[in-house]
Formats: sequence, structure tokens, C-alpha cells
Amino acid sequence: MKRNLFNTVWDMHKVTTLDSGQDQLFIGLHLIHEVTSPQAFQMLEERGLKVLRPDRTFATVDHIVPTASQERPFKDRLAEEMMQAIERNTEKHGIEFFGLHTDHQGIVHIIGPELGLTQPGMTIACGDSHTSTHGAFGAIGFGIGTSQIRDVLATQTMALSRPKVRKIDVSGRLRPGVYAKDIILKIIAELGVNGGIGYAYEYNGEAIHALSMEERMTICNMSIEGGARVGYVNPDQTTFDYIEGRQYAPAGEAFDEAVTFWKSIASDADAEYDDVFNLDADQLAPMVTWGITPGQAISVEDRIPSLRELPDEQRETAEKALAHMGFAEREPIRGKKIDVAFLGSCTNGRISDLREAARIVKGQKVAKGVRAFVVPGSKQVSIQAEREGLPEIFREAGFDWRGAGCSMCLAMNPDKLNDREISASSSNRNFVGRQGSPMGRTLLMSPAMVAAAAITGEVSDVRELAPSPEPVV
Amino acid sequence: MQEIKHAISHVEGTAVVVAGNDIDTDQIIPARFMKVVTFDGLGEYAFYDLRFTEGGEQKPHPFNDERFAGASIMVVNRNFGCGSSREHAPQALMRSGIKAVVGESFAEIFAGNCTAMGVPAVILPHETIVEIQKRIESDPSTMLSVDLPSSTITVGDTEYTFDMPPAYRSALIAGNWDSTSVLLSNVGLIEERASHIPYLSGFAG
Repeated sequence: MKRNLFNTVWDMHKVTTLDSGQDQLFIGLHLIHEVTSPQAFQMLEERGLKVLRPDRTFATVDHIVPTASQERPFKDRLAEEMMQAIERNTEKHGIEFFGLHTDHQGIVHIIGPELGLTQPGMTIACGDSHTSTHGAFGAIGFGIGTSQIRDVLATQTMALSRPKVRKIDVSGRLRPGVYAKDIILKIIAELGVNGGIGYAYEYNGEAIHALSMEERMTICNMSIEGGARVGYVNPDQTTFDYIEGRQYAPAGEAFDEAVTFWKSIASDADAEYDDVFNLDADQLAPMVTWGITPGQAISVEDRIPSLRELPDEQRETAEKALAHMGFAEREPIRGKKIDVAFLGSCTNGRISDLREAARIVKGQKVAKGVRAFVVPGSKQVSIQAEREGLPEIFREAGFDWRGAGCSMCLAMNPDKLNDREISASSSNRNFVGRQGSPMGRTLLMSPAMVAAAAITGEVSDVRELAPSPEPVV
Repeated sequence: MQEIKHAISHVEGTAVVVAGNDIDTDQIIPARFMKVVTFDGLGEYAFYDLRFTEGGEQKPHPFNDERFAGASIMVVNRNFGCGSSREHAPQALMRSGIKAVVGESFAEIFAGNCTAMGVPAVILPHETIVEIQKRIESDPSTMLSVDLPSSTITVGDTEYTFDMPPAYRSALIAGNWDSTSVLLSNVGLIEERASHIPYLSGFAG
């Protein structure tokens, strides 16, 4: 009793305590991609080591893949070289590879859940900070660096210090036009971009458990933007329903066994936490970032803060942010003109995100001068969207419809901002230079808000634009 | 297997100040320089967009400042290395000559990556960091010395006690910061643990 999921799952995977005082933790699922893995394989080979559990290792390509034409060889020689490296490494070590030749290529944090690989109670590691996404299932996902990828490849374990656990209790219900993205942007704005250092975040409460799995993934995904390496939601019936029938999910009697196990690991009602933070979803409005960290977010109704009203420790970054963005103190965020609208990323590139954006876009036109494009998070998302006629809706409005990948979330492929362009983006980071131009500017918001901005050409309140909340098909 | 065991208990040298909070890994190494299959050569791209214009002209930045040339210790402020898990960031710093980082706080993954590469990331309070930064700015030849066994940093003739996750400190001192061989030595325990994890057997009982 009084156990929280994090500690239960940690203990179940703890191999031993090392001399350093860290725990050696077994990793149940290792996901790899083309950007952070080649050096790890190289280190492995230099030491004459093998991949210990290729059966628990899965690979895809997402960061560098072009989205306009995915024909091989890629025009970008360096991207092609990385592509060949992951093909070679996965083949040599017998690792299942969901490459461009399969129907399951996509952003690593989107395909894991889609394939049923991501399950409650697992420890999951990936050389990408947004691995926290998988926590939506009641798994513990760790973003790791390349040396740790080497460790996991060689030993299926890694050395970690146990973090504290903060429960974030979100009461009430989201109002129409307000989304999971707004919950997490508000949490980061309140607790700060470094507030989660040393913590795992457990998202709990009525508002969280009313969310779909895809919405829960959006929230867990951005835990790292609040400094928390791990974020998770206790598994419930919504979780089990999502997993059932997926390719790698247990089936038949094994599924029933699994559900019993999954239920057993959820935090007890009277579980103890190192800290608790409360938020009321009823009070939330659509959020937009105005600066250069994901914590610099305000309600669309609000004005950019004045430096004077900010706490001392936030002032310096805020000053830098205003200078970079070309914004002034006390200006409303609403009405800020945009040049680019980007719908996609591991935060908001799933089918429900595209459906919601399509609902806003349907029958409208992208504002003159705005470059708008949709990058589905995975091939499966793309295939499903085609079944529902979403590409036509976006194309008719003037959006480009692209192939699956990370795209302009981090601009390692040809999709980039130019010069001082400003984007409305459904991604996760508004860091200086993040979207490919050192002078480029990013406004983070929900996919529906990105759609609204694309149509009006400026930051707008989607609640004033949204048609009645019915599905498009 | 080739075992890498190299104790790191002391780093000494001049320092460079990279001031500012929330300096993210995209600023330390912009994503476009990560299209490489090895870490070699990343050093020249450290802080690239802060150091160079798009035309390749130098901008004022401590890493371009001759006064700090040859520095092996970097002094930073709060939440340094936030954002992406890319080890390319500390790799770029290390390959440009940085052997230790001293700051108010570090993002968790960044600090872990530093340790895994044998680069100590040590923590001092805000006031102390500002004091040290001022001193280095006014005299870049000031010698700093980070001593892990005593948890102290000496700046000129002033000594401060720093903070650091004990596991990182002891791994560096013991030379176990490259953790693969330590983890692999427990291979029997790994198998034993795996046999008790229900999903690994497909819930077959």
C-alpha cells in the first residue's frame, strides 16, 4: 500500500545497487533512431561487444528524413550516410527496423505506442529526450545520451539515480478549444523549465484520466521541457482499450493476464509522493509561448509580461527572449503575425491532432503569405488520415501535406524557417535557432491554435473560430 | 573486451565564462551539425550560431575571445544544457577543450552525459558563481582547480566547497564513469532480474 507506480516499476527492474550508489536498472524496451545511435554502435564495436537483447530493441528513422520526397538516395549526402549507418547496424545486430520501406516508419515516440510495443509497467529508453512520451501508458521512459545507448545495447541496463516523484493533480475538465497541450504548457509556466530537475512527474486527477491516450502522450512528452526526465499517467481502461489488438500487444489469455498486471502497478489511492502540485483544468485557456523557453507561455488572452513583474531569476532569460522575438513588454500575444504554420512532431503529430486541426481548417483558406504544412507523425497516422480524407481538407485550404518525420520540430531535414520568420508550431521547443534559422522565431501552441493562426495569419483564439465540435467525417 | 578505466579526480586550468540561464543544447550544438556518424570534429561547432553570423563572420562570444583561449573549465549559470538529450552537446564542449563544467544547476540528462564522458559537472550557489565569473572576467589568467575527492574548487587563492550528485562524483573518482564494463560484470544478475519481469515472458505465467 501507499506505493506509487514509479517506485513499483523501478523496484521491479532494479538489478542491483552499484558501488557508486546508483541503481542498475533493466530496460524492457530500447528504441533507437538514426541520429544518436551510430556512435553507440561504433563504441560497441571498438570494444568487441554485442547487442545483448536485440529482441527488445527496435529502430526507425525520423529526425533526418526529408518529408517532401523520400526517394533514395537522399539528396543530402550526410542524411543518406546516416540512413545507411542505421540500416547497416540494425541488420548486423539483428534489430527489427521500421525503415522507410515499411508502413510503420515514423517518429520513434509515435510508432512505439502504435505498434503496441509501449506497455504499462515497462522501463523504456531511447536516445531522445522526448522518451517521456511513453509514460502516458504507465511506463517509465528515459531520454538518454549516446554513451547510455551504448550501455543499454551492451547490457540492456543502465546506471541511474532514483528521482523523487511529484504528483501533478489536474482537477476539473477542459473547456472546448482547450487541449492537453495547454495543460502541459501551463504546468511548465507554473513550475518552471527547471522545476522538474530530479523529479519524475505523475500526472493524475479527473482532467488527466478524461483524456485519450494521444492527449496523455502530449502531456508526458513535454515533461522534459519542465526539467523532468520522466512523466507518466497511471494505466486505466482507456490505456488497456488502446493497446488491445495492436501488433506487439499480448493477445487472448495473455492480454487478460497483462491487464491484471497493469492494474496492479498503478499508484495506490493513498500513495505517497515527495511533492504535490494542483491545477484546475476548468480555469485554463489556450496557451501560447512568447519567448525562447517552453516555460515562457501565457494564455492567448494575456499580455506578454513586463520585466518588472517577473521574479528576479526569470528576468534575464525574459530580456533575451524579448530581444530575440522582437516583442515588447505588455503587448498582447493575440494578433502577432505569423509566416509559417507547422503541424506535426512527437508532441502533436498524431491522428487526433490532425483531426482537430482539420476541423478548424475545413472550408477555410490559409492566410496570404503564410507557408503552412502538415507532417504526420508516422506512416500509420498518414494512412489513417487518408482514409478520413484529411489531406484533401488541408490541401484545399492551402497546406502542404508531407511524409512522416520530425521535420521542422528540429529542422535536421530540409524543412526550416528562413531568416527571422516566425512560426506557429505544434512542436515542443521554442529555443533560439531550433527550427533551422538562427534568427527564426517559434510560437508553441496546440494544433487547433496552429490551424487558427494559419487561417487568420496571426495568433488567434481558436475558441472564436471553431465550428461546432463535431468530427469532420 | 577493452575496458576503459580512467580515474578523474582533479581538473586544473584557466576558465571561460559562458553567462546566462537556460542555455539549451540546441545553442550548444545546433541540430544541423548532428548529421554525422561520429563525434570527431564536433568541437569547432560548439555554440556555433552564437559565435558566427550566417555569413561565417565572428560574433562576440567567450569561445571567440582570445583572452579565454586554452581554457579547460567552463563556468555557467542556471539550468545549463536543458532540452535535447543529444550527447553531441557535451561532446562538442569536450572536443573544444573543456574538461570540467562549473555551474548553478544542470539539466539532468546533460549532467549524466557529462559524467559518462568523464567530464565533471559541479554545482555552486548563484552568488558564488557570479563572484567566480566576475573574477575570471577581470583576470582570465586566474587558475581554477576542481578537486573531486575534497569536493572543493579553488579559484586563485579562494577555496569553495561544491555540490555534485554523490554517484557521479564517486564514479569519476573510481574511474567507473564509463559504465559499460561495470554493468556488464553483473550479467548473471541481469538475467536473474529479467526472469522476474512478467512482460518479458509474454505474460505466459
